[in-house]
Amino acid sequence: MTDKRTCLYDKHIALGAKMVPFGGFEMPIQYTDIVDEHNAVRKASGVFDVSHMGEVLVSGAEAEKFVQYIFTNDIAGAPAGKIYYGMMLHENGGTVDDLLVYKMADDKFFLVINAANIDKDYAWIEAQAKAFDVVTVNQSDIYGQIALQGPDSEKVMAECLGLACEDLAFYTFKTVDTEGETLIISRTGYTGEDGFEVYGSHAYIQGAWDKLIAHGVKPCALGCRDTLRFEVGLPLYGDELTDDITPLEAGLGMFVKLDKENFIGKEALAKQKAEGLTRKIVGIELAGRAIPRHGYDVVVGDKVVGTVTTGYNSISTGKSVCMAMVDIEYAKLDTPVQIRIHKKLQDGVVCKKRFYEKNYKK
Amino acid sequence: MAKTIEGLYYSESHEYVKVEGEYGYVGITDYAQEQLGNVVYVDMPEVDDEVTAGEDFGAVESVKAASDLISPVSGVVVEINADLEDQPELINQDAFGTWIMKVKLSDPSEVDNLLSAADYENCCK
Repeated sequence: MTDKRTCLYDKHIALGAKMVPFGGFEMPIQYTDIVDEHNAVRKASGVFDVSHMGEVLVSGAEAEKFVQYIFTNDIAGAPAGKIYYGMMLHENGGTVDDLLVYKMADDKFFLVINAANIDKDYAWIEAQAKAFDVVTVNQSDIYGQIALQGPDSEKVMAECLGLACEDLAFYTFKTVDTEGETLIISRTGYTGEDGFEVYGSHAYIQGAWDKLIAHGVKPCALGCRDTLRFEVGLPLYGDELTDDITPLEAGLGMFVKLDKENFIGKEALAKQKAEGLTRKIVGIELAGRAIPRHGYDVVVGDKVVGTVTTGYNSISTGKSVCMAMVDIEYAKLDTPVQIRIHKKLQDGVVCKKRFYEKNYKK
Repeated sequence: MAKTIEGLYYSESHEYVKVEGEYGYVGITDYAQEQLGNVVYVDMPEVDDEVTAGEDFGAVESVKAASDLISPVSGVVVEINADLEDQPELINQDAFGTWIMKVKLSDPSEVDNLLSAADYENCCK
């Protein structure tokens, strides 16, 4: 199977990006340098091609009832224009995917899912939808999407794209009619900085990309997308969330509303909560510079007590840090642990998963 | 364009060795540092460790990935470049001026199995 290309593929090649396979797509991992791209987003602004993300439109008389049934967060009574983060779960509580739900109207919701999970998610959503009066449409191939991220984003949106967004609150969206189409613009992102995501036709997204690059906005790729989201403790499906990891184990309980009406996986999570977790994702800070990476062992004494899910030498802080799934008895803050890196054991200590403070504009 | 230096010996896995008497200074090539991007950590052996030609002796790490270091020569480590502990970026600034380990060679004729600067350049094309 060959990897798909987004509508911005030719732009990436023209910019000299290094391309890699990711989630079934051929995506840029870096244009010039991950560190420069990372710092541009923390200090000014950067633009990402996120057209690989999937979009599913759910509409119909029972749309809200259906979304409530497949989604862990509670969208009851939400006003149109509001966005919720949460998960879809298996009956056993393992995570099908994490996603955003955009409420467009009482009978219309727009679900944004991970690229690697589009086929799995859509098949799962379709199967669940049979029992409801809803229509689901996989719109993943229709939409292009860019994310403009960083403290200068609001200014750049207005000056470069003519899209005034000072009225948009964090985790809300609006639709804007321009160039003969309707864009979806949300104040969301995956970097811990202020920023926007724009969904539009391939033609619009290509044009907007060109304008942003000409305006001097730094093109940013998946490499720094991962270092940015990691530093602020945001999970990546495949690392911190999988079919076998529950949101409670991932420390995402605030997005699981166990007090709302039934949803798939609720029983399993309620049971897990009542019985207590046996493992949990924590942060670990190392004393030295050695870099903990996905899959490395977390060790206490001569016992393996966990596994690194994501780790870096943090670009913003210079510290070697990671998120790791550890047995619950080692999950307390300040617990001394070691990580096996290239055959040597490196000393570390359990800390909060947020290695860098978020800078959202709320 | 990555540079090479005449008189050094090169491996296909992008390490070099500079021979001075019975010692060899081992590092990674300019081409290797270009391919890696920002070096953020160098996992080095310890003094008195034995290294063997063709086997790994540590790793050099960029933001995204760790790459094994393969020793081009055999012998005993007599010194490591302690500057790299705090300034791994020295490798990006001057790969050939920044050796990683100094080895007392157990078999100086091993360098005959390595590449010349010209042959190494061809191998990077």
